[in-house]
Amino acid sequence: MRKRLRPLLVPALAVLSAFIVGSLFLLFTDIKHIGMLTTDPVGAFTGALGNIIDAYGALIVGAFGDPKRFSTALQSGDIHDWTIAFRPMSETLVAATPLMFTGLAIAVSFRSGVFNIGGDGQFVLGALGATVVALMFRGMPAPITLVAALAGGIVFGAVWGFIPGFLKARTGAHEVITTIMLNYVALQIVQLALRNDFLRQSTSSQPISKVLDFVRVPQLIPFLGLRLHWGFIVALLVAALVSWFLFKTTKGFELRSAGLNLTAARYAGMSAGGSIILAMVVSGALAGLGGAFQVMGSVTQMSNDVNSGYGWTAIALALLGGTRPGGVVAAALLFGALNNGGHGMQVASGVPLDLLVFIQALVIMFVAAPDLVRKIYRLRQPAIESGAPAAEGAPA
Amino acid sequence: MRLELREITKQFPGVLANDRISISADRGKVLGLLGENGAGKTTLMNILSGLYRPDSGEILIDGEPRLFSDPADAITAGIGMVHQHFMLVPVFDVVESVALGAEPVTGLVHTFDRATARKRVVELSAQYGLHVDPDAKIEDLPVGVRQRVEILKALYRKSDILVLDEPSAVLTPGETEELFAIIRGLAAGGTTVIFITHKLNEVLEVADTITVLRRGRVAGTVLPDETSREELANLMVGRDVELTVTRSPAKPAGVVLELVDLNVRDDRDSMAVRGVNLEVRAGEIVAVAGVQGNGQTELVEAITGLRQVDSGSLRIGGQVVEHASPRRVSDLGVAHIPEDRSRDGLIGSMTVEENYILDSYHRDPYSNGGRLDWKVIGEKAEVGVREFDIRTPSIETHVGALSGGNQQKVIVAREFSRPVQLVIAAQPTRGLDVGSIEYIHRRIIEQRDAGAAILIVSTELDEVLALGDRVAVMFAGQIVGVLSSDQATKEAVGMLMGGVH
Ligand SMILES: Nc1ncnc2c1ncn2[C@@H]1O[C@H](COP(=O)(O)OP(=O)(O)OP(=O)(O)O)[C@@H](O)[C@H]1O
Ligand SMILES: [Mg+2]
Repeated sequence: MRKRLRPLLVPALAVLSAFIVGSLFLLFTDIKHIGMLTTDPVGAFTGALGNIIDAYGALIVGAFGDPKRFSTALQSGDIHDWTIAFRPMSETLVAATPLMFTGLAIAVSFRSGVFNIGGDGQFVLGALGATVVALMFRGMPAPITLVAALAGGIVFGAVWGFIPGFLKARTGAHEVITTIMLNYVALQIVQLALRNDFLRQSTSSQPISKVLDFVRVPQLIPFLGLRLHWGFIVALLVAALVSWFLFKTTKGFELRSAGLNLTAARYAGMSAGGSIILAMVVSGALAGLGGAFQVMGSVTQMSNDVNSGYGWTAIALALLGGTRPGGVVAAALLFGALNNGGHGMQVASGVPLDLLVFIQALVIMFVAAPDLVRKIYRLRQPAIESGAPAAEGAPA
Repeated sequence: MRLELREITKQFPGVLANDRISISADRGKVLGLLGENGAGKTTLMNILSGLYRPDSGEILIDGEPRLFSDPADAITAGIGMVHQHFMLVPVFDVVESVALGAEPVTGLVHTFDRATARKRVVELSAQYGLHVDPDAKIEDLPVGVRQRVEILKALYRKSDILVLDEPSAVLTPGETEELFAIIRGLAAGGTTVIFITHKLNEVLEVADTITVLRRGRVAGTVLPDETSREELANLMVGRDVELTVTRSPAKPAGVVLELVDLNVRDDRDSMAVRGVNLEVRAGEIVAVAGVQGNGQTELVEAITGLRQVDSGSLRIGGQVVEHASPRRVSDLGVAHIPEDRSRDGLIGSMTVEENYILDSYHRDPYSNGGRLDWKVIGEKAEVGVREFDIRTPSIETHVGALSGGNQQKVIVAREFSRPVQLVIAAQPTRGLDVGSIEYIHRRIIEQRDAGAAILIVSTELDEVLALGDRVAVMFAGQIVGVLSSDQATKEAVGMLMGGVH
């Protein structure tokens, strides 16, 4: 058990450290209380401390809900009160869902020694693919349309992963360059597609698709009327599936081998090119599925806004989660909570949302520098690094 | 300076690497450190050089107890170390590599004072007869010279105690002789040298005293004049070792590997293998001798499908394989023990059991319709570990944490775990202790007697002579002679290796 928990230690301490540094940041930008320092040092200090507690408190309430709301709901028993109480938690999970898909996508690529920076492009094209297929199937029974549209998202994402994979395997073109470029191409394709009358909502002057209300991903708890949908559950299942794929199948074994030592993998008769392509296709497909769920679950229309840098955040998540599927899920939940709770914090305590971006950046920084964390907390260096943690999982 | 290590103990997870080890070396003397793979030699030296901290015990220099908290500390105290695996930056030149971390600086912004550094490098190089071009790039230098750069690096830091961890494992006989001359020169100048090796002849030749480690403990300290190879081997492994494995005469049958007029290019596109003709029959061992870099590497890569054949024909068991993939060659029943085990043969951060199936994970019984059967894999790996006496805390240990000899055994166990008709073994015992060498030689001969065709490539003359039923000598990409085992004497093979024929 201790051995199983070990890999969690550094990420957990990284998160803790990030919050501590974040609070220092709050402290030093607290002009009002700094000004009081000379006249009323005790008051200044307690005041500043109170501010920090308020801000982080609001963050937690924003992410997980307000205990007061829960007690209200308990007393009244009114469905509407329950909806209000659970909404923050639902929104946290809604925010985490696309991150889970893209995080898993990037983790698969890192494990395989491929640096997929194209999660963004694969995600938006997945969303576009789902939209196109949904509109094509319009009029068919909803479940069929939904499944077809999800498949469409997977295929579009997979194709967008295949291209850089193929280019790397065949010509050696570096995937970092090609995937970044393909991100721009993907955005342009979306722009173009949204001008097409087949997709475009004719009543709007904005580039925005028709409303996909006929293929909604079902809500998880329908009677509460929350946004949380089955995509979240599917993301959890996909994480388990990815884990099974990586550790229990021959193809997964090939990918991991190629990721850790490409020469030895080649000597063992594995096809380097095949592994690269497979890794990129799987990675793209996962990101694409995330896009499909986003457009049919969390929002209702395809637009440029469907993507908010999920592919980029995913890189951090894959590292934070040690490229382990379980770790990536945990990291995505954390970032979902921060993103969602941040809005609550901004409203309730006036601390700008940017603090959260700052904290997220610190988390990533601490995770990327495990030795620093070990030094701060005086942890012993592990005799031999186990698994493919952050530093090792990321290919050069 | 006089160096003494007292009762050093170091525990790793599952392994007591050093168990109350005491050694000492006087000023200007050479201490030979022997010991089987995994005996704890490198660990002990890493403790001396401040890389690891001992759990208990002390280090005394000129009688004074010292404890180094990091390598910089040890360097300041005059301890220089040339590691088993070199640690040089390939794109640096010699002066930069040597001065790195101790560079002289000039001017306000402390820029690197190359001229001063270069002058010292040239001086030291001349003083100790190292013959190193100060401006050459590391990546362009042969291993023997890189090693001298490592020695220079230690001298540059004014080391009074120099540790050389298996310096001769990758050297040609000529380079080894040069190294010994350097060691003697250093000792004469007052440097204390600790020299680690697996080669009994070498330690007898160069050491003033010899300490033998076994399983983390001192097994004995002897003087070279009062001991023999046999006694040293016995001390190392704790039993008598057959230094040359006996074997019955070969009974060659049908041709398994057939090379006709084979040409292969190297990475720089020049012809590395030139018109090679060679056959290896079932039930015989053909040993390819030659100084490193005469086309052996490219030859092996071509046979195993890792390198494109330029022209000529290549057959294994009658099948044409000039353009076959490594997988196809392996599927024909070809075992390959690659030259560089940690780079090509193993994945260090994967476990012993994962490495055990590295090239047969897709076959029965490991794969079950694309699913890995970890239960069976675990069982088979356990069998391999037991049969080949692989010293590992468990099959879930990362292979990179094993000692060199045990890593090699993992490869051999894997390659021999399935039926093979051809074995290609490149430097199969490089860096291994006498016990492991005996063991691996035995296994190879067993495969031969079971009817496999065997091609050994080795730069080690002793190995070539011990194993080869026929010895083919490679020079400048060509086979310059094939000798039967009674024609193959040290002198005859040595002459051919040097290009005299
Ligand atoms: N960093 C480490 N973590 C865990 N175990 C280790 C580590 N380094 C060495 N060991 C173990 O300690 C033992 C001694 O290893 P060491 O490298 O000192 O042997 P050695 O005598 O140098 O062997 P070789 O001749 O093969 O180089 C081995 O069993 C090895 O597996
Ligand atoms: Mg060693």
